[in-house]
Order: sequence, then structure tokens, then C-alpha cells
Amino acid sequence: MTGARSFVVDDREKGIFLLDREALVSDEVLRGEMRNIFAKCWIYVGHGSELKKNGDYHTRKVAGRPVIFARDGKGQVRCHFNTCRHRGALVCTQRKGNTRRFNCVYHGWIYNNDGSMARVPGDEAYTAAFDQSTFGLKAPAKFESYRDFWFMNLDPDSVSLVDYLGKATEYIDLVVDQSPSSNMEVISGTQEYDVNANWKLMVENSVDDYHLPSTHSTWLNFMANSGVKMEPSKDPALVLPTHGLAIDLGNGHFTTDNVNFRGRPVAAWIPIYGEDAKPEMAAIREELVQRVGPERAKRICDTNRNLVIFPNLVINDGSSVTIRTFYPDGANKMQVTAWALGPVEESENARARRLDAFLTFYGPGGFATPDDVEALELVQQGLANYTDDRWSEMSRGMGREGEQLNSDEHHLRTFWRHWDKMMTGAQA
Amino acid sequence: MSAQIANAAVTRAEVEDFFYHEAALLDEWRLAEWEKLLADDATYFIPPNDDLEGGHRGTLYIISDDRERIRQRIIRVMDPNCHAEFPRSRTCRLITNVRITGVEGDIVHAAANFVCYRYRRYQREFVYVGSYQYALRKTSDGLRIKERRVLLAAHELGQLGSVSFIL
Repeated sequence: MTGARSFVVDDREKGIFLLDREALVSDEVLRGEMRNIFAKCWIYVGHGSELKKNGDYHTRKVAGRPVIFARDGKGQVRCHFNTCRHRGALVCTQRKGNTRRFNCVYHGWIYNNDGSMARVPGDEAYTAAFDQSTFGLKAPAKFESYRDFWFMNLDPDSVSLVDYLGKATEYIDLVVDQSPSSNMEVISGTQEYDVNANWKLMVENSVDDYHLPSTHSTWLNFMANSGVKMEPSKDPALVLPTHGLAIDLGNGHFTTDNVNFRGRPVAAWIPIYGEDAKPEMAAIREELVQRVGPERAKRICDTNRNLVIFPNLVINDGSSVTIRTFYPDGANKMQVTAWALGPVEESENARARRLDAFLTFYGPGGFATPDDVEALELVQQGLANYTDDRWSEMSRGMGREGEQLNSDEHHLRTFWRHWDKMMTGAQA
Repeated sequence: MSAQIANAAVTRAEVEDFFYHEAALLDEWRLAEWEKLLADDATYFIPPNDDLEGGHRGTLYIISDDRERIRQRIIRVMDPNCHAEFPRSRTCRLITNVRITGVEGDIVHAAANFVCYRYRRYQREFVYVGSYQYALRKTSDGLRIKERRVLLAAHELGQLGSVSFIL
């Protein structure tokens, strides 16, 4: 629907940015998001490494739609709607596996793993008007990849994925370059959890570094208890120990770009990794220096970045690398899925270190994520007063010229401005 | 550390008593006392719902704590700034189907099914269902936990959200 009203007050002269909280609670807004955002944007489906062999598949929901993410018999990565062309049943009920065919249990229609129709039982009962060959599984209008990150788009008129990602590709490259062979892989073990909060609150939370000292003081204590040195910054503008930026990447994408203090598997040692890890981590760093040069190696190892690809993909390149995506299940609830990503050639010890580092912060049992979940659910509960307490305040840092800080709200405003344009039908 | 005992013969009743005592300590948030039930090399694992068999060094777990991380977890969850557990959840664990599944030296392997109800004000009811798998070391001071593994029955955490308390 075009022509919906705007939900933001964006007064650049006064330096005030306000969000109408109805955007976070309304079912009507959610229906608009389905039409204007999730049916128009490139939406993350999966990573090619999840499909190692021909015939491998995963079933999952992407933008609420059941799909089969599969590698066909010829090695081509595909995305099929997991919906039988006959009466609409799911044709694959397994979470993952390897198969040549997908069989619908209802009337027995069978599809090849490239989506094409294999067999309709009793096809002699149809007239000549029934062309069996046209009954392959349907697929999203577009399905493209950038460096093995696969996305679908339901809009046939959309720009290409690479054009859509634009400057965000630089930040994906910083992740992929961590593998000597440029092959990152999704590690087994999926974290799937619901948060009773609007999905856009997770977008904000994923890049909002203002909340770290208050929401995550127990994590900061854990880091300090573990011997990680975190001197408060001498610069009063900084709420975190180190300098960090918020960067608008265009098309609604944005990232933080912070001087690292929290350790990185590739490759910045902190005491949590243990003394034993030092030689291997030095070797990982040296390989990187040799391969990409000292400047880029420093860029990869000594900064951490939380990247948002509009609307709902987050790549946290921090204490570990996470892929996180989330989708609304009603205006007041979202379903979150998160994976860990690592270089395919990583040693067993390096892989164990990466996973351990992941759990220091992230995930439903991590030392930080549960408090994020709590904060977002508290927001959603408080929003029940939205008719009488209408506006969320998002002006932090608006008067700042030039470089924008990770602990301000420039990047959050970037999201909301783009979201608002897409919802109102203005030129995005 | 308590002296180890070479022959680990224990009865199911002893293991049940140990599980019920542990459940009471966890439900009552007596975590300092609970910590005393841990061996010096204790581990606490919750594997991911979609890969219960994978090892913690190569699979992304929900929780994969060594003894030091358990100590840090206790510090965290007892802190009023652990927002996910402040005010603290009220939990109630029902433990059943207790079995001794093996004995190796001073180690007793035991398993049980559990239902853990968790309640927070204004929030949905959380019901965690699954099995506990323990390696218990028999010492002169009684049983001590060497490994504590929680296998969740659900296909995904879904409505359970976080595992921010000690499950």
C-alpha cells in the first residue's frame, strides 16, 4: 500500500528525531510491512556452506514463507517454495537432509531436487489441457548470492542483489576474507528463539552500542573478571572503552565500526582464550598479514562490526561471527534464528575457541543476549501505553557533524528513515 | 577436593535423593550451595535443539560451560543487573524416570527426565522439557557433578526464549 502516513518526525534543523510508537504495535503497520518491505527487499535465505553436497537441503521459513534451500543434482543452489502445486501441502517435512526427490505425502506428487515435476500419480485421468511439465515447485521471483550468502526477492522488478547490497559488500568482504581460501562455513547448531517484541526492535538492538553499559554490565564484569582490560575512555563522548563509528551504507543498510576491545578469533587475543592459544592466534594473524597486507589485516583483526542488511539480516563480526535473522510473527513477537560462521580451514582448537567466544556474549544461554531479550520485551510491554505516550526519542547525536558515533543513534535513524520511505511509498 | 572412591556402586535411591536435593537448591536459588555439588572439573552443557549429538568443540551449543564459566555464570545470574533474571524467575522442576546408565571407576552415569516450569511476572509460562544426563563422581563426601548435560525435547527454543537461569 502506498501513501501510508509517515511515522517519524525528522527535524534536522532542531536536531530532533521522534518515532511514532504505533509503528511497533500495529497489525495494520505489519500488513504494510509484508507488502512494502518483505515482498520488495532482498531477504536472506541461507549460506552456501550449509549445502555441502549435491542433493543437500534445509527447510526453513524465510520472511514467514516455508522454503526449501537446496543444492540440486548438478550443484546449483536453489530456493523452492515448500508448497505442493496440487493442493498446497508442504512437500518436505524434514529439517535437513539429502535427497533426489521431494514427495508430497498427500496425493503423492513428486518433485526433483531442482524443483521440476517428476511424477503425478494417475496422470491419465487429466485432459490434454493439463501440462505436467508446468507444475514444478514455485520459487521466489529472484534468488541470488553474494560470496555464498544467498538471498531471495519476491519482486521481479527489484534491482540485482549486488546493487541492493551496495556499500555493504565491503563489510561482507571483511568477514569472508577471514578465511585463507575465502570459504566461510555455517557451523552446526542453530539457535532459534522467540522474542515477544516487534521485529524492528531487534534491528535497533543489534547495532545500538549506547545500551551496552546498562544492559550488559554483567557481561562487562565477566570480561573484567576474566582479565580483559577495559579502561573507561578518557573521551567523555564515548560510553564504551574504545572509539566506534556508526556508518550509513545506503539502501537502508548500516554498520557499527569499532576499535576492538573484546577479542576476536581472527585474530586479537584476550585472556579468555588462554595462554595456550597465543601461538596459534599469532599464526592466524601472520597468515592474514601475508595474504591481505598489514593494513587490511589490522582492519579485520582490530575492529569489530555489527552490520545490518535491510531489513532483517544482521552479521555480527565481533567476539565471534554470527549470522542472525528474524521475522515478525505478529506485531508483538518475532522469531529469531542465529548461526555461527567460521573459516572452513580452521583447526579444531581455533573452532572450539570461536564457539566458546560466541557463547560468552551471544545466544539464549549467553552472558548478554538474554538481557537484550529482556530489554526488548520490556519495551514491548511498556508500549501498551502508546496512545497516551506516543513518541520514542531517537535524537541522540543529531547535532554531531562529520563522523557519527556507534553509541549515538545516527544508524538507528538511518534504518527508520529508510523504513518510513518504503512504507509511505516515497522514493526509497 | 574430596577423596575419590574406586568403586562407585550407588543405588538409584541415592541418585534420586541427589537429583531432588539439587533441584531444590536450583529452584530456591541457593546457588552457592549448589556450586558445592560440583566437582573441580565440572562441565555444564545444553546442546542445540537441532544437533543433540554434536560435540561442544565443533558444534554451536546453547550453553557450554567449564568449571570457571559456571562460576562466572553464578556470579552473573545472582547479580541484580542480570536483567533476564531480575526479578528472579520462579521455577519448579519435576524429575522422574531416574536411571543409572553406567559405572566407570568412580564415575556413575545417570539420567532423568525433567519438566521445568518457569514463571516471570507479566510473561508467558515457560515449560522446559527434556532429559538430564549426568556423570557423577562418588567421593567420601557424597556424589559430585562431573558433567551435567541437558537435552531439550523441543525442536527449537521457540517460546522458551532464553535459558538465562540454571536449567
